Formats: sequence, structure tokens, C-alpha cells
Amino acid sequence: MSDIQYIDGKQPHQREHRLIFKNIDRVGWNPSLDTYRNDGGYKQLKDALKWEPKAITNEVKKSGLRGRGGAGFPTGVKWGFIPPNNTKPVYLICNADESEPGTFKDRYILHQDPHQLIEGMVISCFAVGAHLAYIYIREEFPEAAEILERALEEARNANLLGDNILGSGFNCQIHIHRGAGAYICGEETGLIESLEGKRPYPRIKPPYFPAAMGLYMCPTIVNNVESLCHVKHIIQMGAEEYAKLGTPRNTGTRIVCVSGDVKKPGYFEIQVGKMTMGELLNDVCGGPKDGRKFKAVIPGGSSAKILRCDEKFNVSCPPGTEKREISFEEIPLDFDTLAACGTMAGSGGVIVMDDSRKMSWVLNNLNKFYAHESCGQCTPCREGSTWMRKITDRLVAGKASPSDIDTLNSIAYQIDGKTVCAFGEACSWPVEAMVDKFRAELVSETSEDNESIAHSAESEAQRRFLQPQG
Amino acid sequence: MSDVLNNLVASPQTPGTKHYAPFAVTDEINAQADKRIAQYPDDRKRSAVLPLLHIVQHEFGFISSDSIDWIAGKLDIEQIKVLEVVTFYPGLRQTAPGKFHIRVCRTLSCAMGGSYELVEKLCELTKTDLSKMDPHHHPIVVSPCGQYSVEFAECLASCGTAPVCLVNDDFHEGVAPDMAGDLLNKYKD
Amino acid sequence: MSEATTEKLPKDVAAEDGMVNVQVDGNWIQVPKGTRMIEACKIAEKEVPHYCYHPKLSSPGNCRMCLVQMGMPPRPAPGEDPKFKDDGFQEIGWMPRPVIACANTVAENMGIRTTGELVESCRHGVMEFLLINHPLDCPICDQAGECSLQEFSVEHGRGNSRFVDNKVKKPKNVDIGPRIRLDDERCIMCSRCIRFMDEVADDPALGFTDRGTHTTLTVHPGHRLDSNYSLNTADICPVGALTSNDFRFQMRVWFLKETKSIDTNCGTGSNTVIWTRGSEIFRVTPRENNEVNSCWMPDSHRLNFHYVNSEARLNTPMIRNTSGTHEAATWADSIQKAAEVLRIHQPGEIAIIGSGKQTNEELFLLGKLAEALETDLLTLVPRMGESDGKLVAADRNANTTGATLLWDTEDPYAKLDAIREGVRSKKIKTLVVFYENLLEEAGFKEEDLANLNLLVSNHILPNGTAKNSHIVLPGAAFAEKRGSMVNITGRLQRLNKAIEPPAGAMDDWEIIRDLIAALDKKAAPLYLIEDVLKAIGAAVPAFEEQTFSKIGDQGIQITVTGQTIPLLDKEHQRIERGEIVG
Repeated sequence: MSDIQYIDGKQPHQREHRLIFKNIDRVGWNPSLDTYRNDGGYKQLKDALKWEPKAITNEVKKSGLRGRGGAGFPTGVKWGFIPPNNTKPVYLICNADESEPGTFKDRYILHQDPHQLIEGMVISCFAVGAHLAYIYIREEFPEAAEILERALEEARNANLLGDNILGSGFNCQIHIHRGAGAYICGEETGLIESLEGKRPYPRIKPPYFPAAMGLYMCPTIVNNVESLCHVKHIIQMGAEEYAKLGTPRNTGTRIVCVSGDVKKPGYFEIQVGKMTMGELLNDVCGGPKDGRKFKAVIPGGSSAKILRCDEKFNVSCPPGTEKREISFEEIPLDFDTLAACGTMAGSGGVIVMDDSRKMSWVLNNLNKFYAHESCGQCTPCREGSTWMRKITDRLVAGKASPSDIDTLNSIAYQIDGKTVCAFGEACSWPVEAMVDKFRAELVSETSEDNESIAHSAESEAQRRFLQPQG
Repeated sequence: MSDVLNNLVASPQTPGTKHYAPFAVTDEINAQADKRIAQYPDDRKRSAVLPLLHIVQHEFGFISSDSIDWIAGKLDIEQIKVLEVVTFYPGLRQTAPGKFHIRVCRTLSCAMGGSYELVEKLCELTKTDLSKMDPHHHPIVVSPCGQYSVEFAECLASCGTAPVCLVNDDFHEGVAPDMAGDLLNKYKD
Repeated sequence: MSEATTEKLPKDVAAEDGMVNVQVDGNWIQVPKGTRMIEACKIAEKEVPHYCYHPKLSSPGNCRMCLVQMGMPPRPAPGEDPKFKDDGFQEIGWMPRPVIACANTVAENMGIRTTGELVESCRHGVMEFLLINHPLDCPICDQAGECSLQEFSVEHGRGNSRFVDNKVKKPKNVDIGPRIRLDDERCIMCSRCIRFMDEVADDPALGFTDRGTHTTLTVHPGHRLDSNYSLNTADICPVGALTSNDFRFQMRVWFLKETKSIDTNCGTGSNTVIWTRGSEIFRVTPRENNEVNSCWMPDSHRLNFHYVNSEARLNTPMIRNTSGTHEAATWADSIQKAAEVLRIHQPGEIAIIGSGKQTNEELFLLGKLAEALETDLLTLVPRMGESDGKLVAADRNANTTGATLLWDTEDPYAKLDAIREGVRSKKIKTLVVFYENLLEEAGFKEEDLANLNLLVSNHILPNGTAKNSHIVLPGAAFAEKRGSMVNITGRLQRLNKAIEPPAGAMDDWEIIRDLIAALDKKAAPLYLIEDVLKAIGAAVPAFEEQTFSKIGDQGIQITVTGQTIPLLDKEHQRIERGEIVG
């Protein structure tokens, strides 16, 4: 791979291991089929079509690949949930709704390397027996949708899609379905409802596990863009080789997206668990801005619980060993350790805040997001997310009382774990963690004087930038 | 019928209305719609509701009452089932935006990068008064000249190059507030 | 313990009958495999509060009120056998996260806790969330007294409010259909009404607009919620969001007396509750009967009661004098006069027209009256329409099946044409009419009625037939009498008395009885309506040994007609597909 040249200023960091992002920012690279094929593209599809479909699923299981969308569920295991006696059509859906704030990896695959995704998808379709697949792409990626449409057309013309793909007898079609601006469509059953033409209200599980009762009540596999791309590499490298990347139980590479208060934000493909938080932020991202100190980090997309940069954690590190105390900087970027630290690796979106940031302002920004994005189907999230936003609106306007902080916290716990889908956790975790870790700072912005005030008028801040769901 | 109900599908005039042709069903629109409908299994036409709404919005700027009726007829569903979808998604609008519709990312990383200031600047330069917004039915405010409309959007998934925005279908990254004027200069006519 | 190993474990005993063992709040019960947890709790007589769940509709699980704690036996380690305690059950490992009871099904050795700290805190939370944006306008809300928000607030709500911010404003008093009014601020978005219109009424008129906390129930402008089943949405609305235009603001529900009865507007015989105060009916609502109407009812049928409250109700027998005006008379004189005239006519000159909306008891006695008069000119007036494919039967008479059994005839309407012709040709000189206005469905002309020597008719309201009658006998409306009817499927059901007939009117069966007694002194005395049903039992095999208490609130299938109720057929299919509990 040493012969690959990258655009000036966009060269990968030496600590990166580029697999999925091999072609991102590559000199002379474009999203056309020819470019992809000249680079050896679609070879794995040709190989895979000679396999037993079950063997591919087993290979993916063996690779230890865990979903890159946020939940980190093993991809091969997910595929294995399709009922063995199924007689209905099976569908595969690529979740390209990339909507978790802080996450911006799929965007680059879709724009620059669409055929990698298509190849991964066709292999995956073959493995799970799907003949019809959809790419659910967010509306905010209009250019990517066009690029994908073109790429799909090229693939159809080259018999990489359609009937009897490459003479294998396997038929598969992929279509694009554009969203229209809803975070909840990133939730797989919300996405399925949206694809069915309904309001994207997530379904209850049980009984509506997509692998058994998904799109049109048929078995459906929903995978993230990055996860589907990994499938191609697992076929290419073999599960065993692939699993050597990263750490046991946290195999392969993943793309970490860093944004916020660092010198060099961006996307970095790293081996899972082989890099620590400190290495990422200080070495790869160049550390804090001049004269600033890191204050807090959201490690896995905005829903992940925030970590203080001066925190200590008592965890098994590496996983499976005796518990020991580690600092924030020592946390390895894997699924399990981050979970043990009380947060999650999620979608790989790392948002960094330095000591110039007020946590009330950060929390209010997130609360606005979740209040706006709650689908409104189930009670706790519908009512609670907006209530939390209303309280932090007052907090940033200096109109909150100390008891509001307790109320805020208890609202979050009244939502957490009690909703149809994981949005309940997504909107309550930031609040829980913020109150837990920055209570003193939040309380310092409140006033006892406000305790008796009837807060009849909504806060100034809210009026100033009224949100669509104001 | 009460105003409350009529307002659900009303598309009051905006300074941007002049840029968009009124909704009309043409052979071309029908063909585009049929192509999309064909992408779903025969008995699942309803799936095409979002694709059809996108076609309408792309061609006519916004989702009018007539277009809802047309889509409902095309997909053989009740109009309310189309309206349910239209009003759910902020990406679908029921009034005309400006000729250039600017959506600035509001979410955390972009906000830290100055997106609120960027919106303020854009509004100032385009004389757009966001306080005139009707946050539910018609959350888009158009500049008096009709050229621009400015709106906050939630995370546009390019947090590493904050602040970012979309102007119609064009993506712009690293748009610091002081670059607002340059951005607008790219979209004059 | 060696003995115990030979004994069957509870799970094996249960499995033999397709059952599973479930522990609800510490007590083990057996329930059928596949039962929803919420239904298992109901069997265990433990209430699980809920809003969105309705056994006849799909379960979206959106209100989150029915959260309970669930436990399952721990999964044995590989190679290890499950451990059973002395009582034959496995230890239950309780899950830290609550689950919804409405959509999850039971499993062997499952534990359910409907109380305890976790469950109570969930309910507390949901109740608080439901109320923060609620207008709390109970004093002027028509749902007060039958509102689940009120009810569960008492048990699971907080005494104080922590919400100090502005409430979300939504449309109020929205005219969404001819019979239903919508208050969006009261709506808790349970979506029952939307699902009912989609899944049962087959008229998807309702939907949500906007999202999040601004989610708003509505119809599409121009599309009215005007289905003939629209009022069912008000029944199932757990709050005061959807209310009936007909009933709203008429009476606080807690002043109303409930009487279980059946609908008499068509052959389905939907089960009903008649809500009354004093001698006035305020509303009629459907009552669940899974062999008849599920728990729904057509609007047209439930609203067809206002005439009962009419000021114009006939409240005294009347005899027409020689100058042609009706004068009030006593019951004794009226019956006597009728009997006198009837007696002097030949059997072929006498005809009796009854109504398919009459009870078995009345129809049986009409048969006896015909016997006493030795006439075979006895008929009902047909009332055929079209079935709506749901609950409205093509036969708009409620008791055609009863008449065929009681009169032992294939067609109780067969003689109507002959009688009408006989009256026109003056062959028939006397006519006894019950309930029917002959100038309507029966097709008589006013001038034909003028031919008669005697027209005795029973009505509850003045009409053309009464006007032309020599003797008018005021009767009781469907809500004012007891009796039984047989619906189109062959189900014997009970009509109950919710209110008294107007003073001066009389229960119809008693009128016929007295008429018979006046004609035939040897007729067996019938003191109570029970005596009539007993007599029917003795005479008609299908009714053998039936009593009112045996019929009960749910009725008894006494014959099979081969006819089914389309709405039930659809419901059964949905149950089979597992879409609904039923």
C-alpha cells in the first residue's frame, strides 16, 4: 500500500491503518467503476459468489466484526438471526442515514468510494439470501445520493448487479431510498417504517426484530455503511487475518471522527483498541488549541456519556485482566473498555471540549437536538426530551434554580430504559452524565432566587434562535 | 372547514414563491414517479411516498396541497397518510424557500465552530428576520428579496470541518462566520 | 428426592395442555402459551394500567404505562442441567430493566411483578410526562369520570407538579367530523383511534402531523371523520381528546345508570350499555361480546335513541270517537273495545301485523293472539337493506330469526303482500298492528286503512297509522322493556329495561296478553315475562328450558343459521395471524 499517494495535507497519520478509508483522499482516485476495478475492486465479489452463502456468514462471525453504526452488535450473529425455515423474501438495507452528531465517516465512503460499499452489499446480500436491497441515505447527502445512483447504474451495466451476477446465477438489485431529515431513521426499525412509507416510528422489540420481521414483515438485515464495507475486506483477508487487526473481541479497524476543540480534527482509521484516547487527541489530533486544556470528551457520538478529562477509571484494561485505575488518556478506543468506563464507543464520533466551553451551553445544544429529533411516538421521550430542553434553555438564560438540576437528572432517569427504542437512552445519557460529572458547574449557573419565580416566559435564548420544533 | 385544518396543507406566499412553478402533473413527473414506484415490490407502492415527495419538492420547491393529493392518488393511500409523512420531516417544506436555500448545521461541533454566528451573519446580510418564523407549519423565513432563505438544520455529518452548511444541494464546509459574504457571493442569480 | 424425580415437573404438566406457568406477584398461575403478559396479569387479577394497548387493535407499545418487571430462569451454563427447586420451579432472575406487558408474551417459569419500586417509579414517570402538557381541564372535560388519566393519576400520579415551563399549545375544539370533536391538547398520542380507523373501520381518516412533543392528531382537511363507526373512537379514547358531539356536555357520567342490553336496529344485535338518568336515555355504547359485535357498534345504531326521550311520546290509550278525533281512554276500555269488534269478525277478515323489532315474547304472544282469533293472516314487515360488511346486517329487523323459530316458518314476512291486498280489496276488515307504521316500509296507503272496520295499533310515537287507528295502544320502547331476541347468527340475547315507559304506556307483551285474555277467557294466565319465556320453552324446541338468567349478558347460541358477522370474521383472521389478542 506504500505506493498509494494521498492529497497534500490529507495524508493519513502514521498511526492509522487504512482499510476502509484506503481510497479516501487518494491522489488520482475518483468514484467511478473503472477506477475501482483498476485497483482490484469487485474481485472479492467474484470470489464470494463461489462460496456457500452460509460460509460467508460464518466467516463474518469468525472475523468478530461488530457493527459500526453505534450499538457494536456482532454483524455475523445478526445475519444468523434470519429464521432457518424462512420462506419469505429477505431484504438487506444499508443504513446510510449517518446522523449521530459527531460522526462523519460514511459521508466520505459514499462520496469517494461508493463501489466499495456496493461490493460489500452484494456480498452481504449473497450471504443472507437477499435479492433486493436498499441504501437508506439521509436527505442531507444530496450529492452522495447522486454519486451512488451513478455507481449503481455502472454496476448494473457491468453485471455486478441485476440478474445472474457475473454468471453466478445470483440475482440482486440495489435501490436508493432518500430520507428527509430525521435522526430517528438511523434506528433500524424506524428506518424500516420510513422505507415502508410511514412515519418512522421505531417498532417494539420483541416481537419486531428485523431479522425475523423487518421490511414488509420479512426478514431484513440492516447494516451500517462502514460495517458492509468491512465485509469485503473480511473476504479479502480471511476472517483469521482480519481478526488479527485490533484486539480480541474488538477486532478490525474503525474510523474515528474527531471534532471540536482540537488542533487537527478529522477522520482516522485505527485498529480497534490499539490506540488510547490520549494518543488520539494529543498525537494524532495535535492536542488542544493553543493556551487551552482539554475539559471533556464525548467519545462515541453525541449520545455517548461525556467523560471528564481529569477523570480516573477503575476498569479491566485490557479487557479480561485485573481491574486497575487508568486515567482518561489511557482509555483504549475499543467497545468494551469504553463501556466499562460508563460510556460507549458508539459510532466513533469523538467530540472534544476545552476549558473555554460552558457545560450548560453544551448540554443545551444537545437537548435542543434531541427535543427536535424525538419522533414523539412514546411518552417518556416525547415529553421528557422537550422538558429537559426547556430547563436547559432557562439554565443558559440564567433563569434556572438549583432544584432544576435535580429535576433535569430525574427526568433523564424517567426516560432511560423505558422507551420503545434506544433514543430514550440517547437523549437521557448526555443529561445524566453531565449532571453526574459537572453538577457543581451547572449548579453554579443557577440561582436560589429563581426558585420562586414562575418561569412563564420561555427563555431568551430559545426565542432568539427558535428551532423548527420551538 | 376550520382554519386549523386548512392550515395543515396551506402554502402561504413567500418572497421566494416567484422562483417556483406551481405544481402541475406532467408526463415527465409521472414518468419519474413511476420509475421510483417500480423500485419497490408491486404491493408496496406506499414505500414510494418519500421518493415522490422529493420529486415534487425538487421540481416545485415545496410540497403543496395539490401535490399531496396527487401522491395519495398515485400510491393509492389516503391524503392524511401523506401529510403524516410531510409534516414529520424537516427536510420537506410546505412553503417556497428562497432561490437559494441555506441550511446551516446547528448541532454541537458546528455550534462550537461558530454556526450560530454564521446564521446571524447570513441573516444580517440577506435581511432575513428569523423571529418571523412560524416554527411548526412553515419554519422557513425568506429574505425580502426572495433570493435567500436561511434555516438551521441538525447535524449535517461533517463535524470535523465545522461549521458547515448546505446551499440547495451544494455542501460547504469550514464556513467561518466571516465567510458569510463570500458564500452569498457564489449565489447571486 | 428420589421420588420427586419421578414426578412430573409443573412445566411438563402445563405443557400437556398447551399452558405455561407464570408467576405474577408471587403467585403461580397457568396461562395458555402465547398469552400476552398483560392478559396473564388480568387472569391473575392484577391490574396493569395502560393507555395504548387494546386487545382488538395492533400493539405499538407506545404509552409505556404498562411497564412491569420481568424475570426468567437463568440460562444454565453449557453442559449443566437447569436446577429446579422443591416446588418444581426454577429460580427467577429478575431483569433490571422494565418491559412492556402489552406486547410481550409469557414463557414457562416467567415471573412478572406488577408492583414494587421499579414498576411504581416507571408509572410515576409516565404519569408525570403525560400530564406536563395536559391542560388539566377536568372540571369542564366531558371525559371526567371515565378518564384513564384521572384514574391512574389517583393511583400512580404525583401530588405536585414540577413543570414550571410553558405547555405546548395545540388545536382545541376541532370539528373533524359530524359526530366527533377533537381536543388535541388532551390527546396523549396513544394512537388507538388511528389504529381503529385503519384496522377496523377500513377508513384511514386519522393521522398524526408534526413530530415530537408537537405531534398532533388530525384528519386531512377536506376528509371528514364521518365513518359510520366514528363514535367508537370516542369510546376507546382513554382521555377527553375525542368526544361525542351527541353526548358531550349533556350529563356527567357519574350520574348515569348503566343497563346492559342489546341493539335493535339490525339483525346483528350488538350488545350495548344504555346510559340513563331518571327516565331519560343519554347515550348508548357498545358492550363487548366476542360472538356478536366484538366491542364496536355503528354510529347510526347507537344514536337511534333520541325518539325514546321525545315529548311527543304516546302516554295514554286512545279511542277514536264518531267525529274522528282520538279521545283518551282507559286500558280496560281500550282492550275491551278492541276485543268486542274483533270477536264479531270472521277469521278471514282479521289480520295481524307485528314487527321484526319485537321481542320473542311479544312475537310468541302475537302467534297466540292469531290462534285466539283463528286467523293465519299474521306477518312481520320486512326491512332489508345492505350489509356494510362489518356490523350492520342486511336485515334491519332485530329478531327475524326469533320469528322464524317461534312461528315455525321459513318466512315470517310471507303474508304481508296478501294482507295489504286484502285491506285494499276490503276483504280484510280488521287489522291489529304492533309497532309498525304501515305507511312506511309496509307500503300501505292511507286510503286503504280507511276501509277498515277496526284498526288497532300499538306505537310509541304518533304517526300515520296511529292517526288512522280506531284504537291506539301506547307501548314501550326498546329501552323500556325486558325480553329476548335471536340475532342473525342464531344467538339468543337479552333486552333489558333501562328506564320506565311513560306513565300510561304499557309494556307490549302485556298489551298482547291482555288482548288475548279479553278474547279467550280460558287462556293460561301470564303474570311475568318469565312465564312467557317458559311457555315458549315448552312450545318451541330451540328455546327449551331457556330462562333470562341462563341467557345472561352474553347470550346463548340456540340455533345455527349459517349467517356470520363480517366484522367478526375479519377479527378472527387477525387473531389467527397474531396481529391482535382479540
